[in-house]
Amino acid sequence: MNMMSEAAVEKALDRQMNDISYKMIGKDVSVYYGEKRALYDVNLNVRENTVTALIGPSGCGKSTFLRTLNRMNDTIDGCRVTGRITLDSDDIYDPNIDVVELRARVGMVFQKPNPFPKSIYENVAYGPRIHGLAKAKADMDAIVEQSLQKAGLWNEVKDRLHEGGTGLSGGQQQRLCIARAVAVSPEVILMDEPCSALDPIATAKVEELIHELRTNFTIVIVTHSMQQAARVSQRTAMFHLGNLVEENDTDKMFTNPDDQRTQDYIMGRFG
Amino acid sequence: MSISFLLLIIAVIGVAGYLFGSWRANALAGGKLSSLHSRPGYYGSFVAIWSILPALVVILVWIIASPIYISSTVRGGFPEEVKATSQAEQNLAYNMIGAISRGLNTLSAQEREAMFQDSATARTVLAAKGVPLAADPAPYMLTSADDLNRMTQASSTFLSILVIIAALAGAFLSYRAIAPKFRARNRVEGVMLVSLIAASSIAILTTVGIVASMATEAIHFFNMVPAWEFFFGTTWDPRFAAAGATASAGQFGLIPLLAGTLYIGFVAMLVAVPVGLFAAIYMSEYASRTVRSIAKPLLEVLAGIPTIVYGFFALITVGPFLRDISAQLNGLVTGNYASFIQAQSVLTAGIVMGIMLIPYVSSLSDDIITAVPRALRDGSLGLGATRSETIKRVIMPAALPGVVGALLMTASRAIGETMIVVLAAGVAARMQLNPFEPMTTVTVKIVNQLTGDLEFTSPQTLVAFALGITLFAITLCLNIYALYIVRKYREQYE
Repeated sequence: MNMMSEAAVEKALDRQMNDISYKMIGKDVSVYYGEKRALYDVNLNVRENTVTALIGPSGCGKSTFLRTLNRMNDTIDGCRVTGRITLDSDDIYDPNIDVVELRARVGMVFQKPNPFPKSIYENVAYGPRIHGLAKAKADMDAIVEQSLQKAGLWNEVKDRLHEGGTGLSGGQQQRLCIARAVAVSPEVILMDEPCSALDPIATAKVEELIHELRTNFTIVIVTHSMQQAARVSQRTAMFHLGNLVEENDTDKMFTNPDDQRTQDYIMGRFG
Repeated sequence: MSISFLLLIIAVIGVAGYLFGSWRANALAGGKLSSLHSRPGYYGSFVAIWSILPALVVILVWIIASPIYISSTVRGGFPEEVKATSQAEQNLAYNMIGAISRGLNTLSAQEREAMFQDSATARTVLAAKGVPLAADPAPYMLTSADDLNRMTQASSTFLSILVIIAALAGAFLSYRAIAPKFRARNRVEGVMLVSLIAASSIAILTTVGIVASMATEAIHFFNMVPAWEFFFGTTWDPRFAAAGATASAGQFGLIPLLAGTLYIGFVAMLVAVPVGLFAAIYMSEYASRTVRSIAKPLLEVLAGIPTIVYGFFALITVGPFLRDISAQLNGLVTGNYASFIQAQSVLTAGIVMGIMLIPYVSSLSDDIITAVPRALRDGSLGLGATRSETIKRVIMPAALPGVVGALLMTASRAIGETMIVVLAAGVAARMQLNPFEPMTTVTVKIVNQLTGDLEFTSPQTLVAFALGITLFAITLCLNIYALYIVRKYREQYE
């Protein structure tokens, strides 16, 4: 990248823009936690209806970048973001943007399943309720059913919708959290290591689910597992020490990466 | 030998035991420390503990048992006509013998001789030595005092010998026990465990003791006044009687006091709960780290103010302020500038007590709200909820059981609070619903009944214990219930 002049980069980007539709565009994104700089001028675009995997060793900034996409970093004291991130050409760091509305459009699933201490039904209905998406109870019932179905959980919980969400198994809890995010009908879903607290069987189910969700949503997923990135994503971005090392088609990344560091990381030589 | 000198000797033996113990362990190891079961220090500590502990137990038993034995022997030597008198008079005689025995130690041999010749001179002789006697001693008292001195002396010598033997024997036996495979570490830790248990049982035993002493006095009270009259009586009129006069019994109805206590506590909670909760929510959810680090300690300073100071504040600031402002309001509305809030009233006491309780509510709730996992917060914010929606719909429901527990604990403080209500609530035991009038509380009446020159045989004073144990029962129940709720809440996240 450094070898090309800036004008050439712009030109290359423009060319790409013409035939591929980008959902989110990050330009020169830097993040600071107080004095410490966590991200260095990251330029990364997220394609629509694609699963983009962010990989890299611990502390490389991949989760930080993910959290800039729906401004979850705002909740951290002393965190500062520079650069420009757009969602469908709206600058999400524009002072006129409502963070609440942004997060309704860019949903998030966290590392540890975090269902609210409410019933399964209320967990899913939470988002639609605060955004006023359903007028009558029947509408809400429909939203809850659809969301649970999309998350592949409906058959397992349809008889106990009013029992506590914390009583489910870890994998079911995580799929409940995905259903909860889906219920708000976001455009983008961010997933921060969604399977790191799950056993292999639950992981397989969630991965299958991610695969299906791609038709309706744009997904960005942070993962520590190379296999997972290879299985679920179409595009992969590799981070190292706060820099974006390379971003490419997943197939190419795992067979013939451009950068030596990617090669080393994928082969397990560091990280 | 004095007890303090004995303690010093034990300490010296203990230190020596430690040094010899660890030295012997080192010698046994022969430079290979891994051949020992425990590190040498543990062997030293083991010897030290066995030198010190048994000796201390001997001292403890001796200082409890020896005076009892001596006293009963001396009393056994009383002449028959003295034994025939009442217990109180025997006690007086024994006390006098004690005084004489102290005086005897200050006399020279000749003075002793002279005094034993003529017991009538004893009072003047001893007074000259700075030991005043209440009356001229009877002749038998001088010999008894002499016996007492001798026995005390013997006991002290015997104790010294026994203690030193115990310490040395302990040291020797434990020193002998040292062997490479000997588990000194486990033994020493066993002793540590026992001392920890002892420390915690002291707190529990003290509580039991307090309850027992209150209960005995309260039972005396209930022997004089029927329990149902106390618990269900609606008139409080204890009528302080002249000492010894039993005719004017008075009425001891708990209900008006309890009503006042609960009413004032209710007003206090009405002030403290919203303010404290809102403060806690601000502190835990909105305040930046800098604001929090300054504001939270400041708020908690309120908790450090002695309640008597709040009492002053109520008495000279809040009370008159409420009275004056009510007069102004009344004047504006009706043209009649008479105050309708009295300076000492339920409202005054309640408001000031509420201010006192704010830091308890806010500090406890703040801890509980902060303990709600960050993941829940993120989950809600990540769905596009605003902060206040997150607080209302996720955090407060999750924290509610804990907050309720905190509020119950605060309520039990409000019920037990004394100094504010003594100064600000008034002393009139009445049953009424107007918060602008004075009422009184259980604690105020306990103070009233126990102030002044008292005899602990009349129901007028003993009622304080019945009130005390009732109050204790109420706050205990509240606290147990609060702990139960808080514990149940904790389990949800662990």
